[in-house]
Amino acid sequence: MSDMAKLRRYHAAVWDEPVVMEMGRRGRRGIMFPAAEPAVAAAVGCAETLLPEGMRRTTPPALPEMSEPDVLRHYLHLSQQTLGMMGISLFGTCTMKYNARLNEALAARPELAEIHPLQDEETLQGVLEIIHRFDLALRELSGMDQFVFQAAGGADAAYTHVCVTRAWLASRGELGKRDEIVTSLQAHPCNPATAATAGFKVITLPLEENGYPSLEALKAAVSDRTAALMINNPDDMGIYNPHIKEWVRVVHEAGGLCFYDHANFNGVMSRLRARELGFDACMYMLHKTFGAPKGGGGPAVGAYGCSAELAPFLPKPVVTFDGKNYHLDNDRDDSIGKVREFLGNIPVVLKAYAWVRSLGAEGIREAADLSVLANNYMDHELLKLRGVSRSHPNIDAWRMEMTRFSLGKLFEDTGVSAMDVQNRMVDYGIDAFWLSHEPWIVPQPFTPEAGEMWSKEDLDTWIAVLGAVIEEAYADPDKVRSAPHNQAVHQIKGAPLEDPAHWAMTWRAHVRKRAQSKAD
Amino acid sequence: MTFTHPFMANSVPAIKKEMLDAIGAPSIEALFEQIPADHRMTRELALPPALRSEAELRRHLLAILRKNEDCETNLSFLGGGCWQHHVPAICDEIAGRSEFLTPVWGTPSSDHGRNQAWFEFTSQLGELLDMEIVGLPVYSWGCAAGHAIRMASRLTGRHEVIVPRIIDPERLSVIRNYCEPQQMPSHIAVVEIGFDAGTGLLDLAELESRLSSRTAAVYIETPNYLGVIEAHAGEIAALAHRAGAEFIVGVDPISLGVLAPPAGFGADIVVGTTQPLGVHMNCGGGTGGFIASCDEERYAREYPSLLVSIAETVQPGEHAFGLSLLHQSSYGSRENGKDWTGNSVYLWAISNAVYMSLMGPEGFREVGELIVQQAHYAAKVLAEVPGIDLVFPGGFFKEFVVRFDASGKTVRDVNRALRERGIFGGHDLSAAFPTLGQSALYAVTEVHSRSDIDRLAASLAEILSR
Repeated sequence: MSDMAKLRRYHAAVWDEPVVMEMGRRGRRGIMFPAAEPAVAAAVGCAETLLPEGMRRTTPPALPEMSEPDVLRHYLHLSQQTLGMMGISLFGTCTMKYNARLNEALAARPELAEIHPLQDEETLQGVLEIIHRFDLALRELSGMDQFVFQAAGGADAAYTHVCVTRAWLASRGELGKRDEIVTSLQAHPCNPATAATAGFKVITLPLEENGYPSLEALKAAVSDRTAALMINNPDDMGIYNPHIKEWVRVVHEAGGLCFYDHANFNGVMSRLRARELGFDACMYMLHKTFGAPKGGGGPAVGAYGCSAELAPFLPKPVVTFDGKNYHLDNDRDDSIGKVREFLGNIPVVLKAYAWVRSLGAEGIREAADLSVLANNYMDHELLKLRGVSRSHPNIDAWRMEMTRFSLGKLFEDTGVSAMDVQNRMVDYGIDAFWLSHEPWIVPQPFTPEAGEMWSKEDLDTWIAVLGAVIEEAYADPDKVRSAPHNQAVHQIKGAPLEDPAHWAMTWRAHVRKRAQSKAD
Repeated sequence: MTFTHPFMANSVPAIKKEMLDAIGAPSIEALFEQIPADHRMTRELALPPALRSEAELRRHLLAILRKNEDCETNLSFLGGGCWQHHVPAICDEIAGRSEFLTPVWGTPSSDHGRNQAWFEFTSQLGELLDMEIVGLPVYSWGCAAGHAIRMASRLTGRHEVIVPRIIDPERLSVIRNYCEPQQMPSHIAVVEIGFDAGTGLLDLAELESRLSSRTAAVYIETPNYLGVIEAHAGEIAALAHRAGAEFIVGVDPISLGVLAPPAGFGADIVVGTTQPLGVHMNCGGGTGGFIASCDEERYAREYPSLLVSIAETVQPGEHAFGLSLLHQSSYGSRENGKDWTGNSVYLWAISNAVYMSLMGPEGFREVGELIVQQAHYAAKVLAEVPGIDLVFPGGFFKEFVVRFDASGKTVRDVNRALRERGIFGGHDLSAAFPTLGQSALYAVTEVHSRSDIDRLAASLAEILSR
């Protein structure tokens, strides 16, 4: 039980590490390059004469001058001043997983790291084979007909979809006429944002009491102006929309496409397939569901898959296999072209393929099972804590792989917010939880996602720490509100970040503004 | 039947039972009650068999990877937006640290070191660029250019952008997607400007004739896609500004130890790639882009990307790093935000920060000088090979175009023959730039030695003499 978990002592590393711009001494070197060989210099002369006048740099950049070991130690200190999943990270919507280090070792080999994307396809057969094999695996998981990996994140895959939607509409003479994309309030912000960037109007359906928008609201929203539906299911509250097949039918009848943002695939993988629900396209995040590391926000891949009808519009090239050799098909007249240069983040594709091969069908089913079991275990234990509730308490069905909780009661009782609790939990070595995407549908939200990696002991520790922080909030709210106390640094002051006189996105801006405010 | 897996601590049957008992559920299957029966897959997934042992999995993956040929075993002169530069060993050491590699997001206190590394990325790049705002990276150079053009369109209320015809066709395709088809109400028309056939420089007369009160931005690159340093950049800036347009410049940051930062010749927004700064090519997966500008509020308020700022903490004398202007991003404002943002290539920003700390001003000067000299040496010795002409004779940084028309051979034939000799020849430009004939773009960097270049020249002489 959670209250049995023993809380560990923890304190972050504190190095008081200066900003690198303040470090070093003139004349030190961190790296050296050879001078041009005498024959080279003799043949072409010195570098300066080879550069157009007026285009040469006249003032050296004011970069730090450091020795190589000092650079290494500086960044090691910074890594140590980063909790970085060394604790327990149940960061909801991001599906924290183990990232197998075998994959890192393989991706670092020259057979991948030292490959140029414009090499002849005959020299890229290993890369293309991985892409093709993984494409086949995702086709099996989704029922779609073709995947591409050019999009460099989930949001980029959503953007790929709106570009594909434009091309599909253009092919039917409907571009400019069908100018609306329908989504829901709980769809990830990247869906409405990419739709708007692509030039579409966005219709956002509100949630109703069952936790999803009503079918009636959808029917009222679609028309001969509907280009596409972009939707998650389940959403971040762990609620599955049981009418989704009917939704797809309604949108198709109105003449629009249906895009399944599979950000929350972890709980449903192996149990349902996007294409069988009627969707025309879907997206998986390989850096989340498929075990590739997140890197603190990429490099990432949004794997975009679609039906045969939409495949001609996919970004190019598409990898094909003739039974013997793999090819890059660039000869695709209807393609949207590129959403990003080159073939995509291939190392991430390798790592995701490795994850699928390591788990197999049985392992993928097990991962879905464990993630839903773990969330319901969390749900059961967290609701025992004082001041904690969850969204849609009227729904008593087991939740999917995530639940949206609220600390609204705690806030009312003590003035301690979800962000305060987050700041205090990191004092116990627990990585920050996720609050909620905008807009908040419950007060003081938090959204843990247990996933399949974390042990029951880890989950119990996490729950016990939240319990301890809540007790502190009732006993000594200021202690929580002024947290963290055991971290690398104290609470940041938020107001200067929004003030043009103080914000400083670079050291040089900081130095200028600091001098200005001293002068004032 | 029991199933355990090294990645899943709770896959032990006794633990699953303990958890089910705790919540009072009869079975795991019962937990999926929300999914209607007719939504469910009716058969088991058909995937290749699991390779649960690390040894088996390694053998399988390595066998596939070994079907690649790489630029370490071969001698490569490929460039065109992704380059083989030296990656210092400690860039890999730091980027491989678990604290940076695996997490997603913490608080400014618990992510302090990571946020500081990001700030050191923006701060050092800001010194190279002479600019006060640098955003966290976006996906690629093309994506950075696309966002910058949209920023300029919002800043000016205009809907036309001028771009050079000498541009990576892939990057131009990315830009066109950001500019939207003409049927969309916020469409930005893309106007291409030609170049001087002798020098590769932008055609200033054509530029002047196309500038108008509709022009939101003039976008150029220096060095341009074909390697040429845009010697008239200052004049282009003046023309753009006279028309009331923003001047956006794309740069390769590794050139900035020897080349002038664009702010000095009038750039309002600077974009470029981050891959040369300590990131392996990764088959194009090392790609990243940046957006930078002056610190005027009207520019700051148009950034779509995340911005990290230094700020004081509640403890006197202590600093931390937090996100600034998050509200204007898509996270804060959904469809009303500035374009969109999401996961990007933030791990590479840390590699970039380490790289720039190692380099310092002298490292950038040295590498820049070495590259310029070696590239010109390569151009010179290749031009001496019968059958090869230099398309643009000088004024380039690390890339240059050679033409094989006089040899009667195609780039394709030449590159095939080079490959038999363990050399990856320059990128074939004949399809994208037909007016240049059978031409190829050769890239020379600090990883090459004089003997590498001489070997290339000797191989070409042999191939073309047949």
